[in-house]
Amino acid sequence: MAGRDGADTTRRVATGSRSAGRVVGSWRAAWLRVEAHWTWYRRYWQSSLYSSGLQPVLFLAAMGLGFGSQVEAGPATGGLAYVHYVAPALLVAGAVQNAIGESSYPVLSGFKWQQDYYAVTATPVTAGQLLGGQIIWIALRVGIACVVYAIIALLFGAWLNAGALLVVPVGVLAAVACGVPIMAVAATTYNEGERFAAIFRFLVMPMILFSGTFFPIEQIPGAVRWLAWISPVWHGTELARGVTLGGLGIAPALGHLAFLGALFGVSAVLARRYFYRRLVV
Amino acid sequence: MVEAKALVKRFGDFEAVRGIDVQVRKGEAFGFLGPNGAGKSSTMRMIASTSPRSDGDLRVLGMDPDVDGPRIRARLGSVPQQDTLDTELTVRQNLQIYGRYFGMSRADVRRKATELMEFAQLAERADGLVDALSGGMKRRLTIARSLVNDPDLLLLDEPTTGLDPQARHMLWDRLFRLKAGGVTLIITSHYMDEVEQLCDRLVVMDGGHIVAEGSPSELIARYSTREVLELRFAPGEQGGIAEQVAEFGERVEELPDRVLVYTGDGERALEQVHGRDVRPVSSLVRRSTLEDVFLRLTGRTLVD
Repeated sequence: MAGRDGADTTRRVATGSRSAGRVVGSWRAAWLRVEAHWTWYRRYWQSSLYSSGLQPVLFLAAMGLGFGSQVEAGPATGGLAYVHYVAPALLVAGAVQNAIGESSYPVLSGFKWQQDYYAVTATPVTAGQLLGGQIIWIALRVGIACVVYAIIALLFGAWLNAGALLVVPVGVLAAVACGVPIMAVAATTYNEGERFAAIFRFLVMPMILFSGTFFPIEQIPGAVRWLAWISPVWHGTELARGVTLGGLGIAPALGHLAFLGALFGVSAVLARRYFYRRLVV
Repeated sequence: MVEAKALVKRFGDFEAVRGIDVQVRKGEAFGFLGPNGAGKSSTMRMIASTSPRSDGDLRVLGMDPDVDGPRIRARLGSVPQQDTLDTELTVRQNLQIYGRYFGMSRADVRRKATELMEFAQLAERADGLVDALSGGMKRRLTIARSLVNDPDLLLLDEPTTGLDPQARHMLWDRLFRLKAGGVTLIITSHYMDEVEQLCDRLVVMDGGHIVAEGSPSELIARYSTREVLELRFAPGEQGGIAEQVAEFGERVEELPDRVLVYTGDGERALEQVHGRDVRPVSSLVRRSTLEDVFLRLTGRTLVD
């Protein structure tokens, strides 16, 4: 330690600087943002746990156990009870809703109401690192909610095998693939965010209802079935069922992963551009 | 500390800063004085390395913001116009989290936060939420936050706008202490008394240009007279007065609510005005201020 302090003093004398500030690496900077979010979360986790963790559990109880008791096991459920069919899909649906919620008004607030994003980018932390931290934080937060859901679903007897362990990372992947595009939208929103209400109603809700969450998309008329194919929720649901119930080939699995990965990648590039455009002007 | 040459900032077709030359030396308090929209904040954001310049040359702490933005920002403190605090966290948490962005250790930010809360007289509110603080307290916290990395250069954009007089004086006191401690300050303001009190040297900006540069006393000596006689009249009775009293001063300015007579001796001018049988509702003799400099240079008042 003494040696390091000595070197530090020499550097300060050399530059004539009294400042204690220095530039941190990109990943470290993003992680410092996660630390900041965690500080907030430690204080407010209870209030957010209902929407993020408990709501999917209520859906599981109502749809999986309640409604599901009236559903006969058949070819569509792979011969399994409805609760096994719907449990992985509800995890994905909950994760996606959670991520989209966290990527909308809270991100807009960083730009518009609290404006704390401007405070962060006045430090050595850059707009890109800020975005990276936001994405990692949402992934972690959704991950926590998914784990809580997965444990409760286990108590309900919803999981059949160890493949269920993979359902959490699948849920997180679907969540960030849906959340990051919303961050890009938030970064280009200058009004009070009315468009988010429209997105929730006309995009997110239909996407959750008609992406194979509650019934196979083969039940959707062929003319509009393609809408399910472009829904990231469907790709996530197919993957989640694949790891919990089996029966998903390698090629389709890779296809679903590629779709979600591409959506995440493209929207991350766009979001980064819009974050810079908004914060560095 | 800062060297700008022909610095320009454009937003689309609009040119906010139109080629300014500025030099800020180590240890001084430097001011940008001007009305809203003069280009002060745009200049500040370029110096803060959060806004790229459109043209010209800029060096901050000897570095180019386009190349070394993060390295410059590591050694800057920045007080933006809006407080941009995290209102859902405590005073202490705001300071500690911010310090971490500058690569400081947990132990360092803990120690620094305690020190800064003392400095900003917020120790009693240390673990209270920022949301519950008064405007003056929030402003003090924003200033405390900007000091977390012991900056070499502190940028204050309208530091006291919207504060009551008591809160302003308390902030000024803190800024004097920083200056005494060797921190270089750059302050923008549209309050002339603020700049007059705090700044060793300033530039007056208007419409994206620098219209004058010097110390407050130099500028007053160069662009105004020693004293000013202010004459107020009942509504509707001011017409033609300016012409009548013009000969009693070196210069006369007519504002919507009063007539200003610039003179070396205000009392004598007032006697002469009375001798001419001009009866203002009230009159006031005062020293010239930067407000008068600004009025002279631009024909407009600073705060309308």
